Parts: sequence; structure tokens; C-alpha cells
Amino acid sequence: MNEIWAGIVEAFRLIITLDRDLFEITLRSLQVSMSALVIACIFALPFGTWLAIRRFRFRRLTIATLNALMGLPPVVVGLIVYLLLSRSGPFGVLGLLFTPTAMIIAQVIIITPLIASLTHQAMRELWAEYHDLLISLNTTSRQRILTLIWDGRRALLTGALAGFGRAIGEVGAIMIVGGNIDHATRVLTTAIALETGKGDFALALGLGFVLIALALLVNFAIHTLSRTEQEGTW
Amino acid sequence: MVAGINLVALRAVCVKRRSKLILGPVSLDLKGSGLTIVLGPNGAGKTTFLKVLHGIERISSGSVQWSMAERSVRRTQSYVFQRPVMLRRTVRQNLAYPMKLLGQQASKIDEHVIYWANQIGLTEMLNSPATRLSGGEKQKLALGRALIRKPKILFLDEPCANLDGRSTREIETLLLSANSSGTRIIMATHDLGQSRRLATDVVFLLNGQVHEQGPAEDILCSPQTSEAKAFLKGEIVE
Ligand SMILES: Nc1ncnc2c1ncn2[C@@H]1O[C@H](COP(=O)(O)OP(=O)(O)O)[C@@H](O)[C@H]1O
Ligand SMILES: [Mg+2]
Repeated sequence: MNEIWAGIVEAFRLIITLDRDLFEITLRSLQVSMSALVIACIFALPFGTWLAIRRFRFRRLTIATLNALMGLPPVVVGLIVYLLLSRSGPFGVLGLLFTPTAMIIAQVIIITPLIASLTHQAMRELWAEYHDLLISLNTTSRQRILTLIWDGRRALLTGALAGFGRAIGEVGAIMIVGGNIDHATRVLTTAIALETGKGDFALALGLGFVLIALALLVNFAIHTLSRTEQEGTW
Repeated sequence: MVAGINLVALRAVCVKRRSKLILGPVSLDLKGSGLTIVLGPNGAGKTTFLKVLHGIERISSGSVQWSMAERSVRRTQSYVFQRPVMLRRTVRQNLAYPMKLLGQQASKIDEHVIYWANQIGLTEMLNSPATRLSGGEKQKLALGRALIRKPKILFLDEPCANLDGRSTREIETLLLSANSSGTRIIMATHDLGQSRRLATDVVFLLNGQVHEQGPAEDILCSPQTSEAKAFLKGEIVE
């Protein structure tokens, strides 16, 4: 118990004094997950919207696949990305294994289906509401997608935040493809795993508090967004 | 548009859904001016009929022939739906939306938005979210958003259902003034009083069939078919 208490005190000292290691690791976590988020959104938002307003032959199958991909275990994603990027793999020549880029790739694969699926749900609802008006006003496909994305922006942001939350808290995949290398690929989650194993609870707890704070922030933002959505405040 | 010239011709139009005939066969001509009331009880096919005219309901057979070029048909028409569709935006942005789609100048859009907000009595609400308006205000906003495009033809689907007397009067006043400045109006209702107040001609629909069509005074005062007689007497027809 004493050890944990001392850990908590030390953790606060590290945070308040902006400890260099803690700062570096937090920053890298944010960099990796933010990059993954931006790339995932570039694919997922238009794709989810398109899926909501287009009727095509394999639509149901596509949606089912998307939902199945959402359940992919991150560790397996890590393994697959590892095999693809390893020296003997098809993309081995790029030398990306154990770099932040590899971690970003893994996180993009993990969160894209989630964001696309949430986008699809939100946009399907909005499209049902707007369908008649947008058809009657003779809108082009481009105008329809832009209108839906703009008017559904709060729901889309909620989806993106959920994706970010998943990315920043993920440990299995980035441990495998990043290797948790000090000053190179160490991020909040992998560092916590390592420091806990070593018995350095102070740093582990300090990192843990930062992670919790980020997660709370994301959840608070999602909550606020969905409330303004319901109340119809702009 | 010259009065008396045919506007649109329907020939043997049928609409089938799940192998059930919900409209038709309908063959009729509508003239180039006036205010047509599509009258009939719930489920008669009024909504389907209006949507067919507007070109947003697929027809199973028959033809709809407009007197104007195919390309400009939908562009010159506005449609106010039975349940008004409110964009999740402010009243101002809802009014501006159709003009924005046409890529018009911001200053011109502003000017029209202010004019129409005043016409529909929502000037005070310009910056409120449209989804929070009352039923009557939503209908008026939908009407303003339809009229801001300066349509040649305006379709309305029971715009005053569920509204109180005052809102109904305001909407009817707007419709009459649009009509007298040249907008052709085609409007569905099951309200007899409203038909008497507004109609220049009437299409009486029942079970997907046109039972009577002609000038308002003929249909509303001396109907020929027994179904129309019963409906006009206030009896329940199905
Ligand atoms: N998509 C649909 N599929 C099956 N039946 C429909 C559909 N749309 C309307 N109907 C039926 O067609 C009939 C006419 O509907 P509608 O045009 O909405 O009538 P009204 O507007 O006069 O109340 C109704 O009996 C309705 O149940
Ligand atoms: Mg109807």
C-alpha cells in the first residue's frame, strides 16, 4: 500500500514538473494517434456517408464486413502489419517496422472500420430525414454529401472522438509493430506496460493519470456534443 | 404562362407498390394557371399523385408530359412535404439553402432571406434552430423556403393539417398572394372548407382513382358521382 501511495505522490511530482520522459512519451502518443485519426477520417467519413446514401448490389455485405472488421482483435492487426512490414514481408524494403509510421498504420486499420460504421449509422438517419427535400431540390451527389456531412458534423465528430479514444488506449498492436523502443516508439500504453513490469510504479501511474485524463476529456467532449445535438443548439 | 394552355398531361398513369395498385389509371390535363385542389380522404392517393407530378415517385406505367422542356421541369417547381423537412440549421440558413444550391450571391441571398422571413412572420426567429419551431412555424418556414426559389409551380401536401385557425389563415394568405402573382399551385387537402376558400379547380381522388375533375364551383356545388356527393356532404367515404 505504501509503495502505491509513494507512487501516486511521485506521479504528481512528475506531472507538475513536466518530467521530460513523461512529456516526450505523451507527445508521441498524441502524435501517433492524431495522425492515425486524420488518415482514418479521410477514408472513413466519405465512405460511411456514401454507404448511407447509395444503393448498390453488395451493400448489405459491405456493411456486414465493416461491422466484422470493427471487432478485429488489435493484437491480430499488429501481427498482420508486422508480417507485412518485416524484412522478409512484401513491404519489408520500406524499412518501416519499429517506427512510429508502422504504429500509425496499425491504428488506422483498427479505427477506420469503427469510424466508418459510426458515420454510416449517423448519416443513414440524417439521409432518411433529408431525402425527400434534397431530391426535390434537384441536388447533385456532391451537394448531397456535403450537406449531410455538414449537418451531421456533430455526429461525425463524435465518431472521430470514439476512434481517437480507441487508438490512444490501444496497446497490443503498437507493442508488436512499434517495439516500445525508448525515445523512438514508446507511447503511453506501452510505457505503462513496461514500467509496471519493472516495478517502477511512479512513472507508470504518472503515465496512467495522463492517459485517464485524455480518455476523460474525450468522453466529456462526446457527451457535450451529443447533448447539443439533442437540444438542437448550434 | 398563358391562362388556359395545358400545363401537364397524364395518360394512364399507374403506380404500383408491392404489386398493389395505389394510384391509377389516371388520365387528366391540368391548365396553366389557377389553384388546383387535390381533394380526398386519407389514403386516397393524394401524396402519391403530387409526387408523380413532381417526378419523385416512380410510375409503373403511363406517361406524364409537361409543356416545358424536360430539363427545366424540376428546377421550376417547389414542393412542401406533408411532414415539413427541416434542415438541422437556423431558420436563416434553411431559407438561404435553395439559393445557395444555385450558387447565388451572398448579398442577394441575404436580401431575399430578410424579405421572406418577414413574409412568413419569422423575422424574430431568424437565428433560432429550425428544428425547435412549432408545427405552424415549421410549415411557414417550409413554405418560405419553397417560395424563395420563385417557382413556376408550387406543390403543397396538406400544409394546414394539424394547424390552428390563425396559422391556417396566414398560410392561405401567402398562397393566394403567390398565386395571384403567377405561381401555379397544386395542393392536396382533405379539408372541404379550405377547398371552398382557395380552389379554382378540383381533382377529387378516392382509392387511387380520379372520380371528378373540373372548375371548383362545378365540383364543390354540383358533384356528379355518388362518392363525391357523399364526401362533400360530409359523410365518411373510404
Ligand atoms: N411505399 C408504399 N408502399 C405501399 N403502399 C403505399 C406506399 N406509399 C403509399 N402507400 C399506400 O398508397 C395509398 C395512398 O397513399 P397516399 O398517396 O399517401 O394517400 P394520401 O396522401 O391521400 O393520404 C395508401 O393506401 C397507402 O397505404
Ligand atoms: Mg398524404
